[in-house]
Amino acid sequence: MAAGIFPLPYSTSPAAASQRGVTVEIGGIPIFLESHDADLRALLEQRYAGFVNLAATPSYQFEIRLEPPTQSSGDDARAFKSGSVWRLERGDFRAEWDVRSRRGWVRQSPNPYSIDSVLRIVHSLVLAEEGGFLVHAASGVRQGRAFVFAGISGAGKTTMARLAPPDAAVLTDEISYIRRSKSGYRAYGTPFAGELARVGVNLSAPLAALYFLEKGPHGRIEPVGPLAAARELLRNILFFAQDPALVKRVFESAVEFVTRVPVARFTFAPDERAWELVG
Amino acid sequence: MSEKYIARSSAVAERELGGEMVIMSAADSTLFSLSEVATLIWQAADGRTPLSEIVERRVCEEFDVPLDTAYRDAEAFVEELSSHGILRVSDQPLADPPAAGAEPAPREAP
Repeated sequence: MAAGIFPLPYSTSPAAASQRGVTVEIGGIPIFLESHDADLRALLEQRYAGFVNLAATPSYQFEIRLEPPTQSSGDDARAFKSGSVWRLERGDFRAEWDVRSRRGWVRQSPNPYSIDSVLRIVHSLVLAEEGGFLVHAASGVRQGRAFVFAGISGAGKTTMARLAPPDAAVLTDEISYIRRSKSGYRAYGTPFAGELARVGVNLSAPLAALYFLEKGPHGRIEPVGPLAAARELLRNILFFAQDPALVKRVFESAVEFVTRVPVARFTFAPDERAWELVG
Repeated sequence: MSEKYIARSSAVAERELGGEMVIMSAADSTLFSLSEVATLIWQAADGRTPLSEIVERRVCEEFDVPLDTAYRDAEAFVEELSSHGILRVSDQPLADPPAAGAEPAPREAP
């Protein structure tokens, strides 16, 4: 596993740190989730099984404290920036994260969903700084190449993940993780599951194509022009903050992406032939 | 007819894509793709040149279009973009937008 991109100094050894929390590494970015609550630590280890990396040096660190539940998680999560500090909140949690110190805190009830949302926001903000993004999309790896299938709810993300052939690894059925690399882009597995309720496989591969999904009677792939591709991609990128600087970065990332990666509209019949056209 | 001055907002991201100018409002994430004429006006929106001069000298000289038609279209375009905060419009020349203020200190965890 890769070490942290900006390693935080451990005050104790990784082994001792594992007694205080769990390091969850998604997209090659390890985040240490510290909690004094043994039950929550066990919950996190179970929730992020396959993405826990005890040996990784964390890039970021969050201290989680439990509070009695107050409101439901029904609202959309929001993020506001004040100086170097992001404030994240939803009905069921509140959190702050200082990008300078790379440390933060979370106050939440004992459930696995709040920290999931915090991780999505933090990763989306980190990725935005380097030209990547989280996108509402299923993704899979076949023959060493990653394919991303984007679309709104009902477009077919879960169906494509479910129909993946035996020689394909499903990275996610819900939220795809895209990072810039020296030679292009890579897609990473995520534990962020959709209807399949199954975490993705923790691996990555060079991104070969982005498909916008549409169900239809016959399989068909049609190239999408850069402007339409950027417009549709921007609609599917996870976006939590209306920070103007962040909006600009996400826009730049989307535009850069569609000029470098083949983008097509993929109309597919939801049967075992669906993946035959992919590639 | 009172004169209009237009200036590009600093709260936008812009990029040429597939031969078209694409602009995104940082305020509401609205995406616009500009026609050739609209791109000319956008690029000339320096806050100091009156809209009528932009239309007459840039648009009408480059495209074969009557001044009154071009100006009417330009006004509609300006109104659309200004409603999304992408263009600033004034009857006086516009100065550059003020620089962002100092950053507040982070809070302690409760």
